[in-house]
Amino acid sequence: MGLGLLASRTLKTSRVLSSQYSRFRPIVTKPGLQSPDASAAAPATQPEPTPPPPKKPVGGARVHFTNPDDALEVFVDGFPVKIPKGMTVLQACEIAGVDIPRFCYHSRLSIAGNCRMCLVEVEKSPKPVASCAMPALPGMKIKTDTPLAKKAREGVMEFLLMNHPLDCPICDQGGECDLQDQSMAFGSDRGRFTEMKRSVVDKNLGPLVKTVMTRCIQCTRCVRFATEVAGVQDLGMLGRGSGEEIGTYVEKLMTSELSGNVIDICPVGALTSKPFAFKARNWELKGTETIDVTDAVGSNIRIDSRGPEVMRILPRLNEDINEEWISDKTRFCYDGLKRQRLNDPMIRDANGRFKAVSWRDALAVVAEVTLQVKPEEIVGIAGKLSDAESMMALKDLLNNMGSNNVWCEGTGTSPNADLRYRYLMNSSIAGLEKADVFLLVGTQPRVEAAMVNARIRKTVRASNAKVAYIGPPTEFNYDCQHLGTGPQTLIEIAEGRHSFCSAISNAKNPAIIVGAGLFERDDKDAIFAAVEAIAKNGNVIRPDWNGFNVLLLNAAQAAALDLGLVPESSNSIESTKFLYLMGADDVNLDKVPADAFVVYQGHHGDQSVYRANVILPSAAFSEKEGTYENTEGCSQQTLPAVPTVGDARDDWKIIRALSEVAGIRLPYDTLGAIRSRMRTVAPNLLNRDEIEPAAFGPSLSPDCSQKISSTPFKAAVENFYMTDSITRASKIMAQCSAMLLKK
Amino acid sequence: MSVLRINGGQVGWTRGETWVDSGFAKAQSKTKLRPNKWAQSMGDEQITLLHIDGPDNNPDLPWEFSEANKAKVKGILPHYPSNYKQSAVIPLLDLAQQQHGGWLPVSAMNAVAKVVGVAPIRVYEVATFYSMFNRSKVGKYHLLVCGTTPCMICGSREIEGALLKHLGVERNVADYTNGSEGYTYNYYVGFCREDVTTQRVVEIVEMLRKGEKPPVGTQNPKRIMSGPEGGNTTLLSDPKPPPCRDLDAC
Repeated sequence: MGLGLLASRTLKTSRVLSSQYSRFRPIVTKPGLQSPDASAAAPATQPEPTPPPPKKPVGGARVHFTNPDDALEVFVDGFPVKIPKGMTVLQACEIAGVDIPRFCYHSRLSIAGNCRMCLVEVEKSPKPVASCAMPALPGMKIKTDTPLAKKAREGVMEFLLMNHPLDCPICDQGGECDLQDQSMAFGSDRGRFTEMKRSVVDKNLGPLVKTVMTRCIQCTRCVRFATEVAGVQDLGMLGRGSGEEIGTYVEKLMTSELSGNVIDICPVGALTSKPFAFKARNWELKGTETIDVTDAVGSNIRIDSRGPEVMRILPRLNEDINEEWISDKTRFCYDGLKRQRLNDPMIRDANGRFKAVSWRDALAVVAEVTLQVKPEEIVGIAGKLSDAESMMALKDLLNNMGSNNVWCEGTGTSPNADLRYRYLMNSSIAGLEKADVFLLVGTQPRVEAAMVNARIRKTVRASNAKVAYIGPPTEFNYDCQHLGTGPQTLIEIAEGRHSFCSAISNAKNPAIIVGAGLFERDDKDAIFAAVEAIAKNGNVIRPDWNGFNVLLLNAAQAAALDLGLVPESSNSIESTKFLYLMGADDVNLDKVPADAFVVYQGHHGDQSVYRANVILPSAAFSEKEGTYENTEGCSQQTLPAVPTVGDARDDWKIIRALSEVAGIRLPYDTLGAIRSRMRTVAPNLLNRDEIEPAAFGPSLSPDCSQKISSTPFKAAVENFYMTDSITRASKIMAQCSAMLLKK
Repeated sequence: MSVLRINGGQVGWTRGETWVDSGFAKAQSKTKLRPNKWAQSMGDEQITLLHIDGPDNNPDLPWEFSEANKAKVKGILPHYPSNYKQSAVIPLLDLAQQQHGGWLPVSAMNAVAKVVGVAPIRVYEVATFYSMFNRSKVGKYHLLVCGTTPCMICGSREIEGALLKHLGVERNVADYTNGSEGYTYNYYVGFCREDVTTQRVVEIVEMLRKGEKPPVGTQNPKRIMSGPEGGNTTLLSDPKPPPCRDLDAC
C-alpha cells in the first residue's frame, strides 16, 4: 500500500495544528474546513505551482479498454487519467496512482459502500463522495488530498474506532491490520467518545476461523465472500444500528472449503486463524514464495516460517491460477509438516522393528538388494507429492537398472502419456471463465480442486453458465444438473440421445471436465473415446477454444506423465521383488509379494511405512526446491522455506547417492544438471510460470476397441481434508474432517 | 396478540398491538455488556441475535402457511418482479407473524425463505433488522414503552415504573403464567398512544384486561388527533400563494 507517504504527510500537518489548539480542543480543524467552497475556490486564484510528476498506478493496476469509444477522462488531484466507462471513482484514483483508504471495498467482491472510509471530494458535489460506490463520470474532478477529504476520513475513522476495542497488543491481526495502519495514516491521535464500548458475543465458525466479534467494524466483506465466492449462505448481517452484528443466527459452522479466506479479507482482527492464534507476530516471520502441492491446482502460496517451523500459509496473487484465494487444505495443512516426520534412515530388523542407521548403511543395504534381483522384478512408484526432478532421477535410476516399471500413483495402470491433451486442463483455469456450459464427468471439483471449483462458480455467477454433472450424488455450491451416475449417461450424450446434447451444441464455449479419478478405471480409454465423441459433436475443440479438460488430482501427476513415468506392464507389482516407493502412500500394497523388498523414501510415516523394509527420510515440499506442473500444464517451482528435519535429504539427492552405491552412477550432481537432463525429456518443465499447451488434439487419438462398463463412477476424493501424507498427519485437518464433514 | 405502544406523552395501536417503551438506553447498555448471560437468563431473543433452540422454537418443528394465508401469499408475490421475489420477504414475514400468534419461530422464517427462494440467513437478516418482528414468544398483549429522548423528557420512565408496578413484572420479562401481558421495551416507532400519564397507562391495561379497545392516538381528551390542546393556533386560514410568482407570465 502506498499509505506510508500519505501517513507521514498527514501526521506532519496534524502535529503543527495540534500545537496550536491542543490546550482547548482535542480534535482540531482549520477554518478552511468549515467552508469547503472557499478552499476549493482558493487554488484557482493562486498561481499554479509546478505539479509533481504523475504517479504510477497502485499495485501495477492496468487499464484494459475493451472498446476504445468507452474511454473517458477524469482528473485526479489535477492529473488527467483515461479510464474505461463504468469504473468507479476509487478505481480511477488507483489508475492515477492514488491509493484511497478503504475497508469494505474489495475488488473481487460486490460493492457495499458501508464503511465510508473512501470518501473523497468531487468538485461540484455538495458532500464528500464514497468513491468505491460512485461511478466515474466524464470530466469529473476528483480531489483526494484536500482538507475536506482529510477531515471526512478522520471523522469516519473516529466513528469506526468508537466501538473498536483497544486490544491491539493481544490481537493476532496486530501488525497487518488495515484498521491499525489506516488509523495511523488517516485517523486522529485521540477520540471524543467517552461512553462504554459495546461488546458482541463471539461466534463459533468451526475449527479454522477464530472470531472476536467485538473487533468487527461491519464491513460485511466476510458476508459477501461467503455468499459470492464460497457459495455458502450462512453468514449475514443481523440486527440494526449500534446492535448490528455479523452472525449466522442459528448455530452453524462455516462448512466451506474456502472458509480460511475470510481471515485474509477481514480488515480487522475479528476473523483470525484459529490454529495460528497467539503463535507469532507477523513481523517475526520469514515469508517464502512457493507453490502448494496438496492438489493439482498449484496454488501460489507464501509460507511464513519462524526458524525451523512453518507458522502459517497464506495465498499469493496469481490471476491465472488461484486469484487471491486458497483452499482450507492448502492453508491449514502445515501442522502436518511437524508431525510423524521421518528423520533418520531406518532398517527393519529381524523382529520387524525399525532401527535407525546411518545413511551409508541404509544405502548399502538397498544397493545390495538391487544387485540380487532381476531387472524386470524392480518396480518404482513416485508419490503424489513428488517433484519433477526426483521423478526424473527415479526413472533414470530404474532405467539404468534395466527396469521400466516406474509410474506415479494416481495415473492408473496404463496411462496415456503420449497424448498430452488427454491429461491436461486444456482451456486453462482462467480460461474456464469464458465457458458457458460445463459438463463434469466423474469429477467433483469442489473436493478435488477447490480453486477450480471457485472459478466455475465465478463463471456461473457472472454469466449464468449451465453446469451438468455425471457421477455419484454430491453437493455443489452452484446450480448443477445431475445427469446420471455412470458411463451409460455419457454414452447417451455421445450418441446424441440425451437432452443435454443440445445444450452443448448450442453453447458458444462448451467445457467438458473429466476427473482424473477415471484414470483408475479399466475402461478409461473407452470413456475418453466417448468424451472425445461428445467434444467432436459439440465442437468443443476449435482453434480459438479448447474445452476438453482433464482435472488432475495430484501435484505430481502432470509432470510424471510429461516425463513419461509409464509402467511397462500393468501388473508388475504382483511379481516384484524390489519395490521403490518414493513417497507413494496411496498405492494398494496388498498384492506385493511377501518376500519383496520394499524401500520407502518419504517425509512422513504414513500408510506405506508399515510394509517398508528400509526407510529413507526425504524433504517435504516446504523444505526443497522442486518443479511442479499443475493441471493446466503450468510448471512452477517450490522454494525451501524451512530446513529439513533431522537427517533427511532431498529426494533426488537420495536417488543420486543410491545410484552411486549401486554402481550405476547417475550423471548429475546439481539441481542445474538434473534440470538439463529434464530439458531433454520435457523442456516445458523448465519454462517456469508458463502454460505449455498440448500440441495435438484428439485427431491423433487411437481407435478404441475397449468396451465401456456400466459400473457407475466413484468419488475420487472421499475426504477433502485428508488426501496425502501431509494432510493425514495434520491435527487441524483431522479436526476439520471430524467436525465439518457430514457423516 | 396485541402490541400497545405507549409513549412518554404518547401511546398507540398498530394492528391490535400494544407497545410500551422506555429506558431504552439503559436496557441497551446492560444488554450489550453481558449479552450471553442476558440471553440465557432472560430467554429474550428480541435482544440477542442468536437463535437458541427451544421446545416451541426450533428448525425441526414443521411450519407452513395456513390454507387461507397461502392464498394471500399468492396475492402478495405478484406485487414484485419475478426476478426480485425476495422483495416479498417483509409482507410474508408479517403474514407469518400474524398467523403464528404474533411472533416468528425460526421454522416460520425458514418457510418464508423457501417461498421467496433465498437462503434462510437472508430472511433472518430482515427479521432481526425490524423490531416489529418478534423472534421469541410474546404475550397476548405486547406492551412497549418508548424511551427515546423526547419521550423520556415527557416522563416515560415514570410511566414505565407505574406500568411495571401495576403489572408486577420486570422489564423485558414476558409473564405468560398468570396472564396475557408480555412486556418489552422498544423505541418509539411511530404510531403510538400519546399523552399517556401514569394513571392513564393503568387504565389502558385494565381496559385491555376487560377486552376493551383503548382509544387510538392521543389520550388527552382536549386534543384532536395531532392538533394542539385547545384548537389550532396557526394555519387558521388558507395559505397565501407565493408572492413572487406571476402565473400569467408563465
